Amino acid sequence: MSAERHISRRAFAGGLALLGLPRPTRAQGFAGLGADADGYASVTPGKVFSFPADHGPHPDFRIEWWYVTANLKDAAGIAYGAQWTLFRQALAPGAQLEGWANQQIWMAHAAVTRADAHRTAETFARGGVGQAGVIAEPFQAWIDSWTMRRGSGFDANTISPLELSASGKDFSYAFHLEADRPLVLQGEGGYSKKSEREQASYYYSQPFFKLRGRLRIDEGPVDVTGQAWMDREWSSRPLATDQTGWDWLALHFAGGEKLMLYRMRQKDGHDYASGTWILADATTRRLTPSDIRMTPHAPVEVEGHRLPVAWQIAVPSLSVAIETAPLNPKAWMGTSFAYWEGPISFAGSHAGVGYLELTGY
Amino acid sequence: MSRAVWILAVLLSHWRRHPMQLATLLIGLISATALWSGVQALNQQARASYDRAAAIFGGTRTPMLVAQSGATFPQALFVKLRRAGWPVSPVLEGRVQVGGHSYRLLGIEPVTLPAEVGDAPTIGRASLQAFMTPPGRTLVAPETLGELQLAEGAAPLASNGTSLPPLAAQAELVPDVLVVDIGIAQKLLNKPDQISRLLVGKSRGLQETLESVAGDTLRLVEADAETDLDRLTDSFHLNLTAFGLLSFFVGLFIVNSAIGLAYEQRLPMLRTLRACGVSARLMNGVLVFELVSLALVAGVIGLACGYFIAAQLLPDVAASLRGLYGAPIPGELSLKPEWWIAGLAISVAGALIAAATSLAKAIRLPVLAVAQPQAWRRAQRRWLLLQSGASLVTFAVAAWLLWAGQSLIAGFGVLAALLFGAALILPALLEILLSLGERAARSALANWFWADSRQQLSGLSLALMALLLALSVNVGVATMVETFSRTFLSWLDGRLAADVYLSAIDDAQADAIKTWLRGRREVTAVLAGGRAEAQVDGGPVEVLGLPDDATYRDHWPLLQSDSGGWQGLQRGESCFISEQLSRRMHLSPGDRIALSTPGGDWPLQVAGIYADYGNPKSQLAVNAAALFQHFPGTPQTRLALRVEPGKIPALVTALSEQFGLDGRNLLDQAALKAESTRIFNRTFAVTAALNAFTLAVAGVALLTSLLTLANSRLPQLAPLWAIGITRRQLAAVELTKTLSVALITALLALPLGLLVAWCLIAIVNVKAFGWRLPFHVFPLQLVKLLGVAVAASLLASLLPVARLARMQPADLVKVFADER
Repeated sequence: MSAERHISRRAFAGGLALLGLPRPTRAQGFAGLGADADGYASVTPGKVFSFPADHGPHPDFRIEWWYVTANLKDAAGIAYGAQWTLFRQALAPGAQLEGWANQQIWMAHAAVTRADAHRTAETFARGGVGQAGVIAEPFQAWIDSWTMRRGSGFDANTISPLELSASGKDFSYAFHLEADRPLVLQGEGGYSKKSEREQASYYYSQPFFKLRGRLRIDEGPVDVTGQAWMDREWSSRPLATDQTGWDWLALHFAGGEKLMLYRMRQKDGHDYASGTWILADATTRRLTPSDIRMTPHAPVEVEGHRLPVAWQIAVPSLSVAIETAPLNPKAWMGTSFAYWEGPISFAGSHAGVGYLELTGY
Repeated sequence: MSRAVWILAVLLSHWRRHPMQLATLLIGLISATALWSGVQALNQQARASYDRAAAIFGGTRTPMLVAQSGATFPQALFVKLRRAGWPVSPVLEGRVQVGGHSYRLLGIEPVTLPAEVGDAPTIGRASLQAFMTPPGRTLVAPETLGELQLAEGAAPLASNGTSLPPLAAQAELVPDVLVVDIGIAQKLLNKPDQISRLLVGKSRGLQETLESVAGDTLRLVEADAETDLDRLTDSFHLNLTAFGLLSFFVGLFIVNSAIGLAYEQRLPMLRTLRACGVSARLMNGVLVFELVSLALVAGVIGLACGYFIAAQLLPDVAASLRGLYGAPIPGELSLKPEWWIAGLAISVAGALIAAATSLAKAIRLPVLAVAQPQAWRRAQRRWLLLQSGASLVTFAVAAWLLWAGQSLIAGFGVLAALLFGAALILPALLEILLSLGERAARSALANWFWADSRQQLSGLSLALMALLLALSVNVGVATMVETFSRTFLSWLDGRLAADVYLSAIDDAQADAIKTWLRGRREVTAVLAGGRAEAQVDGGPVEVLGLPDDATYRDHWPLLQSDSGGWQGLQRGESCFISEQLSRRMHLSPGDRIALSTPGGDWPLQVAGIYADYGNPKSQLAVNAAALFQHFPGTPQTRLALRVEPGKIPALVTALSEQFGLDGRNLLDQAALKAESTRIFNRTFAVTAALNAFTLAVAGVALLTSLLTLANSRLPQLAPLWAIGITRRQLAAVELTKTLSVALITALLALPLGLLVAWCLIAIVNVKAFGWRLPFHVFPLQLVKLLGVAVAASLLASLLPVARLARMQPADLVKVFADER
């Protein structure tokens, strides 16, 4: 299985590649994400974020996503995971055209995971006609019948409350999300570097969502509660040509802290790691490559791919040394561009739950 | 092993001594394989094309949503349905004219196109971005690229002045279809934000009911396992297959007689081999090996001939299918490997079947039995009785099928049983006729003539049966085609009563044309008609709007009508229905129907039935004004003109110059008639060609039978020569004999052929096309066919008779010297 068949949440090449355009080669990184960004806006340090405007789309940039992952439990204590993702990809730079001439393609993935089940769905749409899109004010993101929209009493600075729903042929869910803490800017004030060179994205998160709602896998619906993490990211060239994929973690610590970590894998073996330590009061501490030690356990085979679904994570400067374990090792996203993404739990110096994503395997 | 090789060499030496027999055997196998595989190739090609057509974005194999009214509907409904969980994808369809040809334009939306829509999603994949972003792409079949005489990348101009996106070839597409992005299609067809239908993919999750989203504007059309074209063209293919099968059997008759004789003559050789110690098993193995090898050689040649036949006939088949059903078939033959394998298999299987009795006899050969080269004729009487019994059973089957059968297959079944029964009973009939002749004979030579003819009968009967079949099918088809062309021509006169027909691009142009025509004094009437698509009882019908004018009242080809039919039509209360619709829905004058229209049901009384030959769709005719009232928005672009005689060409030229109309939308009656006649003639060109092939194969069968018989008949002829009848006289007698049995067979074929024609007209056509022709007999044509049959027999008997006339007396004397 070659890497070009895969896509990562951080590496959406758009409906284009997904619909079968000549698949980008390794030389261009994942799904064409290392391709030239000519004509598109560049990501530069020092951007001043403005909400609600930045919750809406940025069509000057090639790619963008709205991404929610959630760790849930029902009344009986059974653990679940849920994912809701909307991707935007521009076919061509320039002013947005009306109707079918619009240059945007939208793609969405939804999934629910339990220890014994993993269900996924995907859908595609073209921009310009109303089948999919994102509006900053009043905030809503939608594709087909899947929606993420503002709830009553919405505050753009916390992007809360939100109503989230999606359904596939064998699952569905509808969640209410609320957060009482401000958005977290990742990297240097929202400028997130993806390599030692200029590859970067704008990246902010809301890791403090409390969630309640209802989900259904096959049998009747179950009421669930838990915590959710939202990521917003856009870029024109987030990946270096010699980067083959990455491993990403978003962790909710039992003590209220959050940790985001990723490791961009490079062909030469010099991986680029980065992360953010988020305290319970939403203040952050940026982690540099030298702070982070991510060691995969022996890979397991899932759907014909050898995947490191369990990790040893150490951040000595924070006295963090933990082992992660997947809720369901078979959380393979068998979508047009396939990858592994699923809920995990961790123990060691600290305990908690989170989400792991593995791409390019 | 070397033992087997030697035995094979001994067996093969027979063919070296009798090259004519070998040729006969091979010719039989080759013609059987060639005709059968040729017809199969045609069918395969056509079917593959239907699949290609069905695979395109919403053939009948995909469920879809269409407007109740049949018209286009706003794209907003697409978004609404998507947001309600419906996995739908929009398609806009229309027609554009490029370079004088009219093409079907399909606008698709590749991003939402359901993955299960046939091969469709692969179309456009290779260059999705180029397809969707300006200037876009026009995907066409390679054949269409050739027809347009343009290269990939060229951007042709449509007749309305807009430029199509650059062309790109797509092998999966059928000819005559242009595929563009939906946004581009909306611009080209000037239908902003409109779509024709929504393809429905597999359900992916929660979904609201159709009514709650779209009210009653849309209806769901379920997927059909069969394509429309499959269904419509079934009869055509069945027809071809029947001919292929007939030729195959005629070919096998040849093989059977050749092998029968060869094995009979080789019996002494086989016996000698057995006596030399060759085991029965080894010998049988070698015999089968020999036969299979010959069949494979003949099969390969037969396939090559079959390919050639198919390639020759394909343009006609394509034209027929296009003319009759609008089914686009590419003009080039491409065959699957299965076809080659199946062709060889049928050659081998055919040879084995034809040789079955001879092989069985050789296998059971007792080593010490005395050679009895004539033994196989002994059981003639018993065999005649058995065969006649079988024939009666076959006739009973035909009668039962006629009485009980409803389908087209049953119609062909009647035909097959009738022909097969007649073939089986032929030897018995000939036997009776010949024995009557024998009884009436006065002179000794005449008596011998009749008796010897009877004796020869079993040897010739298979060939004569083949002749009977070929001839009666020829008579039947020729009668039907002749009936058809006469009926069709008079029907065309009625149907195309006006002098000039034109169709404007839009209502504005139609108005301009009408205004312009008012200033032309030679135009005596301008009649505006229209066409709409609607439903009766859920089935689709074409609704034709007839202007209220004497042109139509006097000429419309009504088969049955109420008095005052036209008045009812004028009031918008009644309609005429096509014969197809009447048969499909069992309607007759006086019945009432409800026509679904955008404004609700339109109750109509059936006032008459008219002939609508060649139209695969059901049709009904109403008053044009009433049509426009009930189907608002129907383009009033179809005009029929009455013009003073002699001024038509000038008017047509002036119209085309003034309004830029071309042959597609401006036709004078004469041209239209010529075009229609051409289409119908081509429809039967294939049938006629296969007919001729069958007759030729029957001629070959007769020739080979006579040749094989000639050798074995020396013992009968030599005594006559010895008592003083010259070789020349003998040859004349032989010729007369052959011609007289052939003539008797041909005379029997005439009534049988007429019966076949009746079956075709009254059963097969009605089931296949939905209309019935009046039955006519054309005596001159029958005489002509009789002549052809006798000429064919004459040709077939010339070679053996000439041989006899020039035979060395020594050969005749030898008969008395040999132990036979």
